[in-house]
Amino acid sequence: METLAFQKIYTKIKNITKATITIEADNIGYDEMALVDGRMAQVVKISKSEVVLQVFAGTEGISTNAEVVFLGNPPQLKVGEQLAGRFFNAFGDPIDGGPNVEGRTVEIGGPSVNPVRRKQPSQLIATGIAGIDLNNSLVTGQKIPFFADPDQPYNQVMANVALRAEADKIILGGMGLSNDDYLYFKNLFTNAGALDRIISFVNTTEDPPVERLLIPDMSLTSAEYFAVEKNEKVLVLLTDMTLFADALSIVSNRMDQIPSKDSMPGSLYSDLARIYEKAVQFPEGGSITIIAVTTLNGGDITHAIPDNTGYITEGQLFLRNDSDIGKVIVDPFRSLSRLKQLVIGKQTREDHPQVMNAAIRLYADAANAKTKQDNGFDLTDYDERTLEFAREYSLQILAIDINIDTEKMLDVTWGLFSKFFEREEVVVRQEFVDKYWVKN
Amino acid sequence: MEGENKTTGKVAGIIANLVIVEVDGPVGQNEICFIQHPESNLMAEVIKIIGDNAYVQVFESTRGLKVGTNVEFEGHLLESTLGPGILSRNYDGLQNDLDKMEGVFLKRGDYTDPLNREVKWDWTPIVKVGDVVKAGDWLGEVPENGMPHKIMVPFKFKGKFTVKSITAAGSFTVDDETAVLTDEEGNDVTTTMVQKWPVKIAVKSYKEKPRPFKMFETGVRAMDTLNPIAEGGTGFIPGPFGTGKTVLQHAISKYAEADIVIIAACGERANEVVEIFTEFPELDDPRTGRKLIERTTIIANTSNMPVAAREASVYTAMTLGEYYRTMGLKVLLMADSTSRWAQALREMSNRLEELPGPDAFPMDLTAVISSFYARAGIVYLNNGESGSITFIGTVSPAGGNLKEPVTESTRKSARCFYGLNQARADSKRYPAIDPIDSYSKYLEYPEIVESLGEKLGDSWIENVLKTKNILLRGKEAMEQINILGDDGVPLEFHKRFWNSELIDGVILQQDSFDEIDAYCPLDRQKLMLELVLDITDKDFSFGMFEDVSTFYKKITNILKQMNYSELDSDKFSTYHGELDSMINERLN
Repeated sequence: METLAFQKIYTKIKNITKATITIEADNIGYDEMALVDGRMAQVVKISKSEVVLQVFAGTEGISTNAEVVFLGNPPQLKVGEQLAGRFFNAFGDPIDGGPNVEGRTVEIGGPSVNPVRRKQPSQLIATGIAGIDLNNSLVTGQKIPFFADPDQPYNQVMANVALRAEADKIILGGMGLSNDDYLYFKNLFTNAGALDRIISFVNTTEDPPVERLLIPDMSLTSAEYFAVEKNEKVLVLLTDMTLFADALSIVSNRMDQIPSKDSMPGSLYSDLARIYEKAVQFPEGGSITIIAVTTLNGGDITHAIPDNTGYITEGQLFLRNDSDIGKVIVDPFRSLSRLKQLVIGKQTREDHPQVMNAAIRLYADAANAKTKQDNGFDLTDYDERTLEFAREYSLQILAIDINIDTEKMLDVTWGLFSKFFEREEVVVRQEFVDKYWVKN
Repeated sequence: MEGENKTTGKVAGIIANLVIVEVDGPVGQNEICFIQHPESNLMAEVIKIIGDNAYVQVFESTRGLKVGTNVEFEGHLLESTLGPGILSRNYDGLQNDLDKMEGVFLKRGDYTDPLNREVKWDWTPIVKVGDVVKAGDWLGEVPENGMPHKIMVPFKFKGKFTVKSITAAGSFTVDDETAVLTDEEGNDVTTTMVQKWPVKIAVKSYKEKPRPFKMFETGVRAMDTLNPIAEGGTGFIPGPFGTGKTVLQHAISKYAEADIVIIAACGERANEVVEIFTEFPELDDPRTGRKLIERTTIIANTSNMPVAAREASVYTAMTLGEYYRTMGLKVLLMADSTSRWAQALREMSNRLEELPGPDAFPMDLTAVISSFYARAGIVYLNNGESGSITFIGTVSPAGGNLKEPVTESTRKSARCFYGLNQARADSKRYPAIDPIDSYSKYLEYPEIVESLGEKLGDSWIENVLKTKNILLRGKEAMEQINILGDDGVPLEFHKRFWNSELIDGVILQQDSFDEIDAYCPLDRQKLMLELVLDITDKDFSFGMFEDVSTFYKKITNILKQMNYSELDSDKFSTYHGELDSMINERLN
């Protein structure tokens, strides 16, 4: 963003804190961008003629006579077809050595979609991963995070989902991404020949953390361009939203705000909702689907970040290392896709909802049996059978390396039912049992 | 009132949606003002006054707002517009009609009329010239979606009025004259079908508010059978995310015995609101045969809409409820979720730099919540008729911890507690209402017990208490089995546990996505409960503990199939027969 010649230059900074500077200036708009000694900054508070600016890169080395130039607009992005295939930083500037994007300038973080202009999401996103498609089916226009511990392969699973999802555009919003992970995504997308469908906004661990705050809005503003104006099916990947929330808490702390739970700002819910609610299905066919990553601290989902996220998103996907089969699985208990009801049994086979529930119930019985076993009690015949079922079910359905279609998933599950149980033990509507039970 | 000499002011400071305005005249707490942003006027509400500085919370984004911008104060509080045509509308938290807004995206400062001013209504007068009336009395009525919509003496009118003239039956718009009333001093006032009321003040144009005295049927077994809510009662549903709060709320709003359903989607997901928009016009009201949307009004202030309007949304919903209650109608009000409303209060309190209470919530949170819940209730109107607002709010406890401030404050106000249990939800036992922890204080009201007895037979309450006891004993038995092992406890313990599992599977669990099971009318609830209790009374003999589970699983399965079948159908009786023979076989 170049400065314009006639803009007024201020050189008398009154206060400097770690993240903000205060300056006397008139006629400044709230949320407006500025350059402070060449660093991007944004107006966060105005009191009479005193303007407080948040400097994204921090204020280290800024002196009281540094040049401050107001840009006269909130953060913006140039949108156009040329975005495709490109890599940008948090301010929307290219980092891939390519030319600047030509296009229309739009403000990021724009208004919300009128709820009555939304369409109910109804299109299944098939990923081939049975732990997702069978138990937690995804739908276009949905927003769902992976809740994962830092050591789990969430970025790989997410990338797999993205590539198999048949989206018109995949937008990667990387926040605090390690350089290795950034290169992983870049190589994967390049090798898959999908680069022309990918747009990336990346803030790596080498960049100032507060800059991350712009990444989701940048990603979603470009998503809105393709979904609204080109009626495209856009998939937005946001990783890692925990680092985004951490950046929020840094800023609120430096603005002397009273923290609420877990040192997070009291507005965390609204801040996250503003982002996730950009997921939408438009009546004209375009859609924005958000798949995010929220890393957990030791699996603790009661922490304010996953907790608030869980209340906003339409479900969550949990990864768990299943030591019985030595693989990472999609945990059927704690994972949930709230929108699955819109497609299962409708776009998939009629028996899908009941089969899904019955299998999870039996898997829960197995978990109880396992507790019994661990406590040294004798197992009943039924307990033994549930344990065997659970093992097979983990291996053939829940493991993240499964790649089959939904019909096959249902057939496999019926096969397991028939192998280990009596018909009345599975508690499924009679007509489905009559139709799909595999006679041995 | 709204005089010509409006107080004006200029913007002096901006912190997110909190704006400080220097004023040149008198301003009132909670007064509404408009900030004249060059793009469009932005509505705001005064929340604090220090000297000449009015602190206002803006119901919109303040992006681009500058110091020095003109502000005009309106001289009144935030008001709802009340009149025929509210039903089946989709409003935002400030009662703007969302369908009237242009474009895909919400434009800030786009305020639309909640009513349709052109459409004509079939007016029938109720009062005669010379009648003496007061606020809330019915002047006449118009049919709204098949419901008699009473046109009342505006709630703001103080004292007694004599009807000077009343418009004869005919077809009129909402703004046409309905009556001329003369007050006690001889001044004439003209009324139309429209009136306004400040949302944060309770409408009290009724004679008295008795204790709730009859149950309110929801069609959800885990509520009606075990812990019924009263008509005009209050309840709340706390639950960690993913335990089915919203699905349960939707189920209740679909099948409850209400004339009017008002849903305040307060800071929740937009897609959930879209689900209502999409489904309710398709679904039939099982009681009237009309479409569900015809009796429903939705206040949609989804989580991405401005925070201050979120706070207003629950008050707007309550005011609409009170309006319909004063017409003698049964209103069901649902708010999802009151935690988001509390968080909106927290955000503002934080920006005002108030000293925080627990978890940074404002200190008066409990008082704010309880005075809101207190607006529900059944009332006797001036003419002896009754109307009610039954209010059910959800709470989203942070971290699923029921000891957090919003849950605790709500517990002090709401009379029914439907706690959703994570473990039940994990094992897909929906609705995940915890049968042991949940309660209904109304079961302790003698007048409710009496009315339940009249409706469902004298043994009903006894059966309900018995059911609760079986569930409790089942839980205790399970704990023993877990400690001592299957072999380590007497067979009786297994029977106790499986009796509770039977009740859980057949009565508590209900499939809200199944066409038939989704709605269980009271007579059917009675039938199933008696059927199940009858089984738990039987003295079955079992050889070993494994036989217990095998047998109970089989009969649970049959009873579930009955839940999935139409009552009085062949299918239902076939299963019934199968059940009987299986029980008899086991007894012999």
